[in-house]
Amino acid sequence: MKYKIFVWLFLLLGFSAIASGRQLLTGPFKQYPSIKQALNQSLAGDTVLVFAGTYKEGNIIIDKPIYFKGTGNPVIDGELKYEVLSVKSPNVIVEGFTIRNSGHGSLDDPGGIKVYASNNVIIQNNKIENNFFGIYIQYSKHCLIRNNYIISNATDEQLIGNGIHCWKSDSLQITSNEIQGHRDGIYFEFVTNSDIFMNHSKNNIRYGLHFMFSNNDSYVLNTFTGNGAGVAVMFTKNVKMFHNVFEQNWGDAAYGLLLKEISDSQIAGNKFISNTSGIYMEGTNRIIVTKNSFHQNGWGMRIQASCMDNIVTKNNFTANTFDITTNGSLVLNNFDGNYWDKYEGYDLNKDKKGDVPYHPISLFSVIVEMNPPAMLLYRSIIVSLLDKSEKLIPSLTPDLFRDNTPLMRAIEL
Amino acid sequence: MIAFKNINKSFGRLKALHDVNLDCNSGSTLALIGPNGCGKTTLIKGLLGMVVPDSGQILFNGKSIYNDHLYRNCIGYMPQIGRYPDNMTIGQIIDMIQEIRQPEKPVDDQLYRLFDLKNMADKKMRTLSGGTTQKVSATLAFMFNPDVLILDEPTAGLDPLASEILKEKIIQEKEAGKLILITSHLLSELDEMVNGIIFMQDGKIVFKKEVDIIKSETGEDRISKAIAKILKSAAHV
Amino acid sequence: MYRIMKYVMLDILKNKILLFYTLLLAILSWSVFSLEDNATKGLLTLLNMVLLTVPLIAVIFSAIYVYNCGEFIELLVSQPIKRTKIYISIFTGLSISLLLAFMVGAGIPILIFAFNVSGLHLIIAGIFSTMVFTALAFLSASLTRDKAKGLGIAILIWLFFALLFDGIILFLVFQFAEYPIEKMMIGISVLSPIDLSRILVLLELDVSAMMGYTGAIFKEFFGTFTGRLFTILLLILWTIIPFLIAMFRFRKKDL
Repeated sequence: MKYKIFVWLFLLLGFSAIASGRQLLTGPFKQYPSIKQALNQSLAGDTVLVFAGTYKEGNIIIDKPIYFKGTGNPVIDGELKYEVLSVKSPNVIVEGFTIRNSGHGSLDDPGGIKVYASNNVIIQNNKIENNFFGIYIQYSKHCLIRNNYIISNATDEQLIGNGIHCWKSDSLQITSNEIQGHRDGIYFEFVTNSDIFMNHSKNNIRYGLHFMFSNNDSYVLNTFTGNGAGVAVMFTKNVKMFHNVFEQNWGDAAYGLLLKEISDSQIAGNKFISNTSGIYMEGTNRIIVTKNSFHQNGWGMRIQASCMDNIVTKNNFTANTFDITTNGSLVLNNFDGNYWDKYEGYDLNKDKKGDVPYHPISLFSVIVEMNPPAMLLYRSIIVSLLDKSEKLIPSLTPDLFRDNTPLMRAIEL
Repeated sequence: MIAFKNINKSFGRLKALHDVNLDCNSGSTLALIGPNGCGKTTLIKGLLGMVVPDSGQILFNGKSIYNDHLYRNCIGYMPQIGRYPDNMTIGQIIDMIQEIRQPEKPVDDQLYRLFDLKNMADKKMRTLSGGTTQKVSATLAFMFNPDVLILDEPTAGLDPLASEILKEKIIQEKEAGKLILITSHLLSELDEMVNGIIFMQDGKIVFKKEVDIIKSETGEDRISKAIAKILKSAAHV
Repeated sequence: MYRIMKYVMLDILKNKILLFYTLLLAILSWSVFSLEDNATKGLLTLLNMVLLTVPLIAVIFSAIYVYNCGEFIELLVSQPIKRTKIYISIFTGLSISLLLAFMVGAGIPILIFAFNVSGLHLIIAGIFSTMVFTALAFLSASLTRDKAKGLGIAILIWLFFALLFDGIILFLVFQFAEYPIEKMMIGISVLSPIDLSRILVLLELDVSAMMGYTGAIFKEFFGTFTGRLFTILLLILWTIIPFLIAMFRFRKKDL
């Protein structure tokens, strides 16, 4: 982490050195009436300063290391035909624009801003609206995407790409962006050593954040709200997921967090609130889930039988319909030392741990797992009776699936 | 005033009333007598609209009582066993019936005073003895100066003093020219009160005669003896 | 009508069993809310109470009251007042008293600790549990003159809706697991007032979305404003129809 901060510091210093070159004033009644003219005339290290106005110049390509800055909120419009801004040079800063209406296409994935194999690009303080892809980064390193507002209003799913799409890149910083209405809010595929920090991804059609084959990344202090299916982390190793909020991801196939084929990662300090499933795990190994809060979810965690050696400890499970379910009978994970508000045991020796183990899996959750329409009977008296009797004499639920040291009080988080 | 026309009523297989025809006019005080299960109570309940006859008509002042309820403004009814909601007080019961009836004339509170109910007005019905409950029932029956009084075993359960008060009241109303129907087992009690006898048996009316005629026919001067004589002679035939 | 109702209420409100019932509800509710730091969980605990205790007390208390009122009803019938009016007065007096007990015992703590849409829905469910089972008590009382039999019928009705009905549903779910039975289940659940009350509260607690396809259908049906209106309408029917049948029988009844 420290190493990274120094890198960024040097980068910023470097950029400010660049930006001290010439200033090319662009805009109506200015030196250069069109952006393309200004870019043509610019040299490495120049600042192209664009004043207020709407610029419809087709595909604009930046192929020199310049400071491309908008002042007074200039609008660059792709007229739904072109890729709006293509960055094909390292050390470019794009700042202060409204970039909108890119074309659509499934072959070349046009974007509002697309970075082609260029390192050290900074994209900040832009409003990126109604594009196919918002910001698209490929084969690039050390790029910073900061403080952009990215929104798509399209309704036809065919015409909606991802908000921030990153492909085969390394050491990216995605910070303080707000993304909504896209397919995936943030999409990572083959992206390594990158940080996603303090973003707010909401109401996207598919995932708020989507990880594929992206190792050694972290995402911290992000909020994911009301996305079609929540956040998905797949086929990945060594991801740090800290202090995020996953909320309001309701729906048949919706999750707060979907983990598929991931291993050696940490999930800590997150809040899973009001999701259909807080965490859904499949083929997940050696994950530590700790100090998270699972509150008012349909299922706190759904753990498929293909998961093993995971440790779930010191979490709070409160007001969930079901705390945990599984479809297997083998118990290969550890659930000791959590707080469960459904626990009805006692603590005679006052060590703040319950004296009898807690079985987080209820008979009814097993019935529902087998037979979803049975959910209609949720909270009926017959179901309460079944669950009570099952607690006394477990027959259908896996007896070993238990918390041996359930906490008597919720952990302060 | 009241006319029963071809009344039939069965409860399941039991025939309670069998083609009953009867006219009762104001000014008469009639004793309705007969063995247990002869249909007395059914007849009275029919008149009060509690039992709906299978066939036939009951006319009150010439109008059928079927699907009517206002005619009951002219009736005061004292049931054999009065039972009232446990936690109501005597005062509340009386108030409630008054509110239902909404009498135009001032109410007749003679019995209320004579039975000294005022001092017990706050007592809950649950706590009352059978006799006191009967006093309440009697008070309610006479309270609204009805043209017709229907008294089902009025003196049963009353102490001699109260019984006497009630009899006095009945005689007083009789003299005022009202139609009074009394059922009773205690024939000896009826002497001073009634001027007609209706005798029922097996759901039929055996006879309806004035007391004077019965007495002269049988040569007895007490109703109980006269009736006994009639029954005996009927048994011989 | 109001006059009789007033006195019926004056009578019932002094009834010791009703006072005990109020106290029981109050103790349960207050202790649930003060033991649970989570109001939603408290509401869910109280939901069980509303679905179990409230109907039971309503149906038994009302049935006993109607039978005990027999002679009193006779007295009223001998007065110049329509039978239907008498019956409606006793029904409203009785159900208002039971509702008062519910509101004082459970309604007030719910309003204090969980003043939100879910809490209000729970109160609505409690109100209907009371009304529906009071009406069902009238129905069972109208079916037989025998008090013991009538009480037996009342308790059986309660047992059926509280327990057996859901057991049958569970059985059906397993029997027809291979078929798309979601819509059929909506049709069936409408047949139980307790299930209707439960669904009304559950949908407000927003667990429907987790029911997958099933939930989507339920939510589509019960969860919309129209659906909720429909649920409440059904509960009103569940109150009115048994009562009307009882009243119809009472109108023709020989006392």
